[in-house]
Amino acid sequence: MSNNRRNFLKQTAAYGATAALGPGLWASAARAESEIDVGVLFSLTGGLSIVEQSLADATLMAIDEINAAGGVMGKKLNPIVEDGASDARTFNERASKLVLRDRVPTVFGCYTSASRKAVLPIFERRNNMLFYPTYYEGFECSKNVVYTGAVPNQQLSNYIPWIINTLGKKKFFIVGSNYIYPREMAKVSKILIEQNGGEWVADEYLELGHSEWGAMVSRIKSSGCDVVLSNVVGDSVIAFYREFRNQGLTHDQLPICATVTSEIEIAAMGAEVAAGSFTSFPYFQAIDTTANNDFVERYRRFVDDSSAVTQHALECSYFQVYLWKQAVEKAGEVTPDAIREGIKGQTFDAPNGKVTVDGENLHTFLTPRIAQWGGDGQGEIIDEYPEPIKPLPYVAYGETDGDLFCSAAGLDSSRL
Amino acid sequence: MFEVLFIGLSLTSVLLLIALGLSITYGAMGVINMAHGELVMIGAYTAVLAGIHLGFNIFLSLPLAFVVAALVGLLIERVVIRRLYGRIIDTLLATWGVAIILQQLIRLEFGLTFFGISIEGLGPGLQNMRVPTFMMEPFDLMGLSIQPYRTFILCVTILLTALTWYLVYRTAIGVQVRAIMRNPQMAAACGIDVRRVSALTFAYGSGLAGVAGVLLAGFRTVMPDMGATVVVDGFLVVVVGGVGSLLGTILSSALLGQINGIVSVFSNDIIARAVVFGVVIAIILWRPRGLFSFKSR
Repeated sequence: MSNNRRNFLKQTAAYGATAALGPGLWASAARAESEIDVGVLFSLTGGLSIVEQSLADATLMAIDEINAAGGVMGKKLNPIVEDGASDARTFNERASKLVLRDRVPTVFGCYTSASRKAVLPIFERRNNMLFYPTYYEGFECSKNVVYTGAVPNQQLSNYIPWIINTLGKKKFFIVGSNYIYPREMAKVSKILIEQNGGEWVADEYLELGHSEWGAMVSRIKSSGCDVVLSNVVGDSVIAFYREFRNQGLTHDQLPICATVTSEIEIAAMGAEVAAGSFTSFPYFQAIDTTANNDFVERYRRFVDDSSAVTQHALECSYFQVYLWKQAVEKAGEVTPDAIREGIKGQTFDAPNGKVTVDGENLHTFLTPRIAQWGGDGQGEIIDEYPEPIKPLPYVAYGETDGDLFCSAAGLDSSRL
Repeated sequence: MFEVLFIGLSLTSVLLLIALGLSITYGAMGVINMAHGELVMIGAYTAVLAGIHLGFNIFLSLPLAFVVAALVGLLIERVVIRRLYGRIIDTLLATWGVAIILQQLIRLEFGLTFFGISIEGLGPGLQNMRVPTFMMEPFDLMGLSIQPYRTFILCVTILLTALTWYLVYRTAIGVQVRAIMRNPQMAAACGIDVRRVSALTFAYGSGLAGVAGVLLAGFRTVMPDMGATVVVDGFLVVVVGGVGSLLGTILSSALLGQINGIVSVFSNDIIARAVVFGVVIAIILWRPRGLFSFKSR
C-alpha cells in the first residue's frame, strides 16, 4: 500500500516536473533505468483483430529478438500493448494514453486508414512518432509518422503496365469497397491505364462487408472488359471471388488482378477459388530467400502455430521495429525528434529485401512484386522490380520522382 | 433478361430462406428474435466444422445444421424466451443479448482460447465451406447459363417452403400453431399445450435458420458477425409480408428480391438497397400491418 502511494507520489512529481520543463521533457524524463518503453497499438478484439493481432505479434516478435540480442544501446525494450478494439475512437483514446501517460517516444501500430487518421492529431500535437506498417492510399504527409507499407505507386506502377503488356489485357473493370483506399487506388490506376494505352470500362464500388455479389459479377460479365482490377477489401473479397467462380468466369480468360487480396483472404476463401488470379504487393510469404524462409519459421514458432501465414503488413510490422532501432542508435537518444532525424535514410535487410526510409517524406522504398495464386494458397512470384522504388504518396495528383509534393519541409499544398 | 430475373430469384430465395424461420417465430409466438441471424451463423459454422472434422459435404451438413440450430433454439426458448411471452419489447432486448453471447462463444471458441486450445474452423477469423466442384461450374440449358449452386438454393427453399406450408396448414400440430397465433389464451382453454407447441415451433424456426446458414456459407463469408446483416433482411421481409402470413412472406421476399436484383443490375447495389428500403417504408405507411395480415394477439 505504502509502496503504491510512494509510486503515486513519484509519478505526480514527475508530471509536475514535466509540466514545468515543457519541451525539454524528453531529455529529462528519459529514464535512467535499463528499459525503453514503446507503445504497440493494434486491435486485439473486434472484427479487425484477425489481421491486427498478427501485426501485433510480428511487432512483439521483433522487440523480443532485439531484446535477446542485447536491446537498443544496452537497454531492453518494454512494449506497452494497447487494444484499439477495431474502433477509431478507442484508437484515439489508447494512443492518448500511450503518449500522455506512458510517455513512450514511439508507437508502433494502426492498420486501417480510419484508425491512423484518428490518432494522427495526437502524434502531431504532442510531437510524438507513429510507425505505421500498412499499405495505404497515400495523400498524407506527416512529420510524425513513418510509413513502412506500400503507397499506390509501389503497388500499381509495375502492375498496370505488366497487365497491359505481359498479360495483354487492355479493358479494365475497376471494382472496390467504398472508402478512401480503393478510390485513391482507382485514381492512380486510371492515370496508369491511360498512360499505357489501355482503357477502363467501369469503376464501381460496393459498401464494406457487402456479401451479395450476384449483380456486380453479372455486370462485370456483360461489360466487355478483359481484366478485373479489384480493390475490394476484407470479408467481401471472399464472397466476390466465390461469386466470380459460381458465374462461370475463370482467371484464365478474365483474371482478377487485386491489390489487397493477401494470403489471409486466400486461405479464408479456399485456395481453389483464387487459383490463377494475381495480386501486387512488395511482400509475399512465397518469396523464396533464406531470409524470408527463416522469418516465416521464426514467426510460426513465435505464435506457436505451424500453419500461420505471413503477409505484407505483417512483414512491415516486423522490420519497422528494426528500422526504429537503427534510428535510435544513430541519433544516440530516444526522443521523437531524434528518432525522426535518425530514421531518414535508414536501410534494413528485411525479409522481402532491402528497405530504405525516404529522407523527405518518411515513406519507405519497397520492391513491387506480382504473384499468381496457386492451388495451395501461396503466390508464385512472376514479376518483380530489380530494386526498391521511391514512395510517392501524392502520385495520384501528379507527384513524380523528381518533383516531390511532400518533403522534409512539409506538404506543398499549392500543388494539389 | 433471364439473367436479371435469375439474380432476383436467387436473392428472393435467400431472403425467403431467412424469413421463413423468422416469420414462424415472430408470427406464431410474438417473439422478436434478434438472435435469428446468429442461428443462421450457427448453421454456417456447423457446416464448416462438419466439413473440417467429420468430412461432411453440404448435403450431409444440411440436416445436421437443422438439428444443431433447432437444439440451440430449443435451449434459448427454454432458458430465456419462455419467461418473456407476451412482453414483446423484452424479447427484443433479451434475444439481442443472446445474439451477442452466441457471437462471442464462436469468437472465443467456447472459451477454450483462454486455455490455449484452438479448434480449427472457430475463432474470430474468416471461414469457408467447401462446395463440390460440380456445383460451381455453370452449364448451358437451352442457351441459358444455369448456376448450379444458386439453383440448388432455390430448390431447397421451395422444398422447405412447401414443407412449412404442409406442417402449418395440413397437420394437427399446424392447427394448434395457428390457433395459438390467433389467440393463445383461447387455444389453451381448448386444451392445447401452448408451452410445448410454442417450444417446438421455435425450435423448427431455428432449424430453418440453420439450414439457411449452410446454404449461405457456400457463397458468403462465414464469420462470427455474419448474422447481423442477415437478421435485418429477414425482418424487412416479415414486416412487409405481414406477421404470421406464410403467403405474405413468400410474396414480399419475391417483391424485395426482384426489386433488389433488377435495380442492382441496371444501376448498382447501393442504389438498389436504397430503393428496397424506400419500398419497404412506402408499404408500411400504406399498410402498417403488412401486405397480408389478420387480427392476431
